[in-house]
Amino acid sequence: MNKRVLPGFGLSLGVTLVYLSLLILLPLSGLVFKSSSLSLTQFWDIASGERALASYRVTFGASLLAALINALFGLIVAWMLVRYPFPGKRLVDSLVDLPFALPTAVAGITLATLYAGNGWIGRHLEPLGLKVAFTPLGIVVALTFISLPFVVRTLQPVIEDIEPEIEEAAASLGASRLHTFTRVLFPAIFPALLTGFTLAFSRAIGEYGSVIFIAGNMPLISEITPLLIISKLEQYDVVGATALACVMLAISFLLLLGVNAIQWWAANRHQGDHQGPERASQ
Amino acid sequence: MVRPIRKLFLALVAATALTAALPAYAESSLLNVSYDVSRDFYKDYNPIFQKHWKTTTGESIELKQSHAGSSKQVRAVADGLEADVVTMNQASDIDFLVEKGLVVKDYAKKFPNNASPYTSTMVFIVRKGNPKALMDWPDLVKPGVQVILPHPKNTGNGRYSYLAAWGYALKQPGANDKAAQEFVGKLLKNAPLFASGGRDATTSFMQRKLGDVLVSFESEAELIAKEFGKGEFDVVYPSLSILTEFPVALVEKVVDKKGTRKQAQAYLDYLWSKEGQENAAQNYLRPRDPELLRKYAAQFPAIRTFTVDEVFGGWPKAFPAHFKDGGTFDQIYQSK
Repeated sequence: MNKRVLPGFGLSLGVTLVYLSLLILLPLSGLVFKSSSLSLTQFWDIASGERALASYRVTFGASLLAALINALFGLIVAWMLVRYPFPGKRLVDSLVDLPFALPTAVAGITLATLYAGNGWIGRHLEPLGLKVAFTPLGIVVALTFISLPFVVRTLQPVIEDIEPEIEEAAASLGASRLHTFTRVLFPAIFPALLTGFTLAFSRAIGEYGSVIFIAGNMPLISEITPLLIISKLEQYDVVGATALACVMLAISFLLLLGVNAIQWWAANRHQGDHQGPERASQ
Repeated sequence: MVRPIRKLFLALVAATALTAALPAYAESSLLNVSYDVSRDFYKDYNPIFQKHWKTTTGESIELKQSHAGSSKQVRAVADGLEADVVTMNQASDIDFLVEKGLVVKDYAKKFPNNASPYTSTMVFIVRKGNPKALMDWPDLVKPGVQVILPHPKNTGNGRYSYLAAWGYALKQPGANDKAAQEFVGKLLKNAPLFASGGRDATTSFMQRKLGDVLVSFESEAELIAKEFGKGEFDVVYPSLSILTEFPVALVEKVVDKKGTRKQAQAYLDYLWSKEGQENAAQNYLRPRDPELLRKYAAQFPAIRTFTVDEVFGGWPKAFPAHFKDGGTFDQIYQSK
């Protein structure tokens, strides 16, 4: 007998499985399948070449940095947008989505022009000895740009759900402002912040279009892994390209799994602390 | 969120209706799959050919173009994009279609001049007045000179730039491949970045004012003049450079299937006609027709060139030796 309270379980499960299989599992297994025509040594040679290793460092390092920057500033932006009324708020709110909508090549070219030695921003940074465009730092800038909305849009509904009364209660019980933030607000926001961070991070890892215009693409210094994949495709070496893609896939999957574990742990801890009926929304 | 989705839906409906309506015009149609910067050339050439076709056969013909990075285009054709003809900027791209059985092996002999209706060469574009006095390839490897070029491994013009420098070094007295590799290595050390494509390199040099010299196609120099003004830069012709060829080919499988062999053959043949050749010259590409080359001599200064076939034994040898993984480009960037 069907013991579930909600109807439609079977249908939804069917749709979910078919949809995810068609959209995600099938292409990805095709990728793995294609790369399996390589012998293990060949695969290892491609995956662990000097250039490949350097590119993993650049890709994952820059993505991590970009996601961390966005975790901090995205939190501030989201907080601002939810908590304070100010003129032009809706405009600012819609600005946040721009990186979603803009073709990434446009973003890359614009950023490269701004941060080049004679650009509006670059010309003020260069005298300070800070070169951004065509260095690994430029990659971080591009990745920060494209991944910002993920943090803000994840945090906004969660911050909206925190009622001001909770803060008032904390204050009336004698908590300092800092204490209220670290003990009351932050634990409620943290799971969502982690989700936003993860989304931003994963988006950044796969980014190609904007990065190649600002990176400079120098071997061993500012080459991202997606560029090496394109380079393989330029040689019509599809199998070699899938080998690199598999490595990226595996690293990303492990990292996401790790972040999810932290999230699960944080959500549980948060619930254990407060025993409230409300569940963390992420 | 509702509104954008509805808009998308409407657009989809409109697009479907449009494609359904298209076959109503039952005239023959050709798809020319080409590289990125040939857009202007074929935009001018297609009406010329349409007019010629109409006057000689009385039939009208529809010509469709597709432009993108050349290897991307070739992969699309190999994957089933129904191109009647391919017009590329490197033989290695067409060789890939030969491998896939879509183009005949001796395609280069099916048309005159190595199946390349026009040529160009790699030249230097320097700042106005040439302040660093960059006259020839050796000036580009001097310390303190910054060279802008597209990625030598991943882009067509980057590869031509690379081979041009290599060929120059190889032709020096007593030189060998090792000396050439050292020379090219020094040149690449002077590059502050590798642009993602020809246009990106131009933007970096002209707009962002990066570097002292841009290595580019001669044809690109004229386009830069159009975009940024003649007074902004000088063009320097090195003592020796590479002759860049732009091969064309019939995609046998597609023309047989679509029954467009006659039209496709005529479309490519006509590139060598006076009108076709003149169109090349007007797009700053060196025509094969010696008479027209003389007519446009002011635009195309004499320059000593070598071909990929002469110096490197053709693309099927040059590509793996220099641009495949582990080739000379990769060797230059190995730390040991």
